[in-house]
Amino acid sequence: MKLELRGITKRFGAVTANEDIDLVIEPGEIHALLGENGAGKSTLMNVLYGLYTADEGHIEIDGVKQNFSGPGDAMAAGIGMVHQHFMLIPVFTVAENVALGHEPTKALGVIDLAEAKKQVLEISERFGFNIDPDALIEDLPVGAQQRVEIIKALSRDAKILVLDEPTAVLTPQETDELMEIMRQLAKSGTSIVFITHKLREVKAVADRITVIRLGKVVGSAKPDAETSELASLMVGREVMLTVNKKPAALGDVVLEVEHITVLDDRSQKAVNDLSFEVRGGEILALAGVQGNGQTELAEFLLGLRKPLGSKAKVNLNGKEITNKSVREVLESGVGFIPEDRQTDGLVSEFTIAENLMLNSSYKSRFTKGLNINFAARKRIAKELVEQFDVRTPSSETVANKLSGGNQQKVVVARELSREVSLLIASQPTRGVDVGSIEFIHEQIIAERDAGKAVILISSELDEVLALADRIAVMYRGKIVGIVEPNTSREDLGKLMAGVTA
Amino acid sequence: MSEINKADNTMPQVMREIFSGGLVRTVISILLGFLVGALFMIGSNKEFIESLGYIFARPGDALGAAFAVVNEGYGALFRGAIYNADAETFEKAIRPLTETLRLGAPLIAAGLGIGLTFRVGLFNIGGTGQLIFGMIFATFVATRLELPFVLHMVVALIAGIVGAALLGAFVGFLKARTGAHEVILTIMMNYIALYFFTFLMRDPALLQETRASGNPKADAAAETALLPKLLGDNYSLHWGLIFALLAVVVFWWLMERSTIGYRLRMVGFNPDAARAAGINVEKTYILAMALSAGFVGVAAANQTLGTAIGVTPSSHANIGFDAITVALLGGSSGPGILLAGLLFGAFKAGAPSMQVFGVSPEVLGIVQGAIVLFIAAPPLIRAIFRLPKPQTTNALEAIRKRIFTRGGGSK
Repeated sequence: MKLELRGITKRFGAVTANEDIDLVIEPGEIHALLGENGAGKSTLMNVLYGLYTADEGHIEIDGVKQNFSGPGDAMAAGIGMVHQHFMLIPVFTVAENVALGHEPTKALGVIDLAEAKKQVLEISERFGFNIDPDALIEDLPVGAQQRVEIIKALSRDAKILVLDEPTAVLTPQETDELMEIMRQLAKSGTSIVFITHKLREVKAVADRITVIRLGKVVGSAKPDAETSELASLMVGREVMLTVNKKPAALGDVVLEVEHITVLDDRSQKAVNDLSFEVRGGEILALAGVQGNGQTELAEFLLGLRKPLGSKAKVNLNGKEITNKSVREVLESGVGFIPEDRQTDGLVSEFTIAENLMLNSSYKSRFTKGLNINFAARKRIAKELVEQFDVRTPSSETVANKLSGGNQQKVVVARELSREVSLLIASQPTRGVDVGSIEFIHEQIIAERDAGKAVILISSELDEVLALADRIAVMYRGKIVGIVEPNTSREDLGKLMAGVTA
Repeated sequence: MSEINKADNTMPQVMREIFSGGLVRTVISILLGFLVGALFMIGSNKEFIESLGYIFARPGDALGAAFAVVNEGYGALFRGAIYNADAETFEKAIRPLTETLRLGAPLIAAGLGIGLTFRVGLFNIGGTGQLIFGMIFATFVATRLELPFVLHMVVALIAGIVGAALLGAFVGFLKARTGAHEVILTIMMNYIALYFFTFLMRDPALLQETRASGNPKADAAAETALLPKLLGDNYSLHWGLIFALLAVVVFWWLMERSTIGYRLRMVGFNPDAARAAGINVEKTYILAMALSAGFVGVAAANQTLGTAIGVTPSSHANIGFDAITVALLGGSSGPGILLAGLLFGAFKAGAPSMQVFGVSPEVLGIVQGAIVLFIAAPPLIRAIFRLPKPQTTNALEAIRKRIFTRGGGSK
């Protein structure tokens, strides 16, 4: 079965998530859809699965134009989807979950569980899944749950299987097993669309690779392409954003980090025995493809994650802050721009003014004893809205009425208006319009010129090259190299792919 | 020209905002609640049922009977809860109103407690258990200690608040430590508290009335610990009302003005952002549960110190559960809970007089439930009355500002 997506465009309000995307999936091929978070991969697949309706363009199967009004239509047409978050019922057995939605029935509508079990066993044996149809989902490890999802799709005669970030929740061993399964499925004629941002997996398993960036197809490649080439395709080759900046005037060491090991949510080592230091007046960029420990490192520095082992040590301005609470870290002079402003950076039901005092609610310029100092808050909010060019009717506007760029400016305003000696900016311009990007970049440079230490965590190569004084490339929880900002993109790409010189 | 157009557009927008707002919906919900209650009154009325037999011959009879029973029922409610025009003297005529205030006071205090947890994203079903714990502490102070007047009452009041708050904090602690859900914890604590209280009242060495005959009952509170009457001895209204009103003020300050309330609301809206902003979310849950139960404790003291008869296991009067509906109806805001508490207090005050007229007072329970049901389902009300969806504009706010800002509200 040949699947073609023709000129798919999907807009959400003013945001274009997919723009004129063409994609052809040949029968029996593993087609990798590669791109950073927010590049528009999932949106595209939701269009394919009938969850969204495309604003423009259409879908063809074997040359016949399709019109999906829901996942039911897509399933009937032979498209199966394994979501990043499994759609399984934990207290049901494997067979019950697989049968759910198209249960085989006996007379009087009694569910024919024996038939369902038989189906599970048959598929499981055919591909060596090793799944017991009577096991409860909640007792199965994540990898096995994923195989149940695949069985579910196959039991509905899926000819095309979409796997949305399937390895995000898997351990390395489970990932290898999944890739073996993918190869077998492809051999038996099932086409697979493999959505991911992990280069290693793409190279290991894909037959063809399509790279998506900012909602557009930016290139396609064969799996024997250089990893560095893929990396640079993924993080972009756009016109460089120019930022005027003076040479760095280096000050004293502000932050020293030694032997940091941090676990992620799956208890895997996300950051592995890392050491580095940042001086006042410089911007150290932590570059790398997403998912190589940057997020966990930022969360650790803030105090949200605890380090593993006793060798770990973090000094801020000569004072140890290794195991301090988030509040102590913030109050000792750390500003933090989180990578996801919606969950970690803002309370969207609060007004701009309320959001500006988010991390200064104890004893600060916003308070008077136990009271909020409303007069001061109003004044400060008004000033900051002006100073940071937040486009809003008033500083009492609720945050979720602002655009992404203006929301991010509120976060930046909050962090930069506090007395900090270290600024950790994590993906500071993700999902932000070009005008705001420029403004936020200028603000970050201004902080550096004021003698502060800045850690910039970004997966946008342009941003890294424009802002950084030194670039530390992270790969699998380690810094594989610290280079000058005049390093070529090819060399950076190689480092990001874990190739050390 | 464009200015005029703009003004034209603002007015309907303002109306849309008003009609999509919570106030209109609340009023409609209350009216609908009374309507549902009326249907039940009509349906259970003998004359109405009899008139159904010949409804096609004389439909007026059925209508007349229906109207009469509703009129009588709600008339009795009004006379029993607000103003009794049939009374001989004015003093007696306003007695119902003072009863409404007396019965509303603990509902207000406990409603504030439950409302507080709603604001923090928690669901405290344990009002009853916390109320009982407060009663245990307050009863102990009121019956087992000897202190001078006023001081005794104040100590007993504080004991009630502390007792309730301790149980609340314990639930918060279990939630923060073990991740257990507060709904399960508080429901189970209700049972434990109730039977613990009964247990205490079965042993004279503990809280049982000294000359009780084995029934679970505590001594009457010492006279020094009783809440003084507010309007003289002709009315039973006492200082409990003042403490409930004080609680409203404290609640308003806490949630709207203080940094503590700011953090509570922050955790309620977005615990992730709160954590990243340096707030200890687990501790905040403990604090919220303790504060919530503390407000319930004011109601506990009210129940213990408000009457000269000793408390019994049923003295909690279901306030802990009614408080949930009060908080929902009041939208978890101080003023809203004040009004909702008074409404439900009026129901309690008016129930006996409805019974006198042969209308079962249980109808009021139905009204109460129906109101909250309508409140809890905004889309239902919007669909029935074709109200606009919640608006995202600020036209109303702008007008409010223009009117209420000093100097005419120029920038």
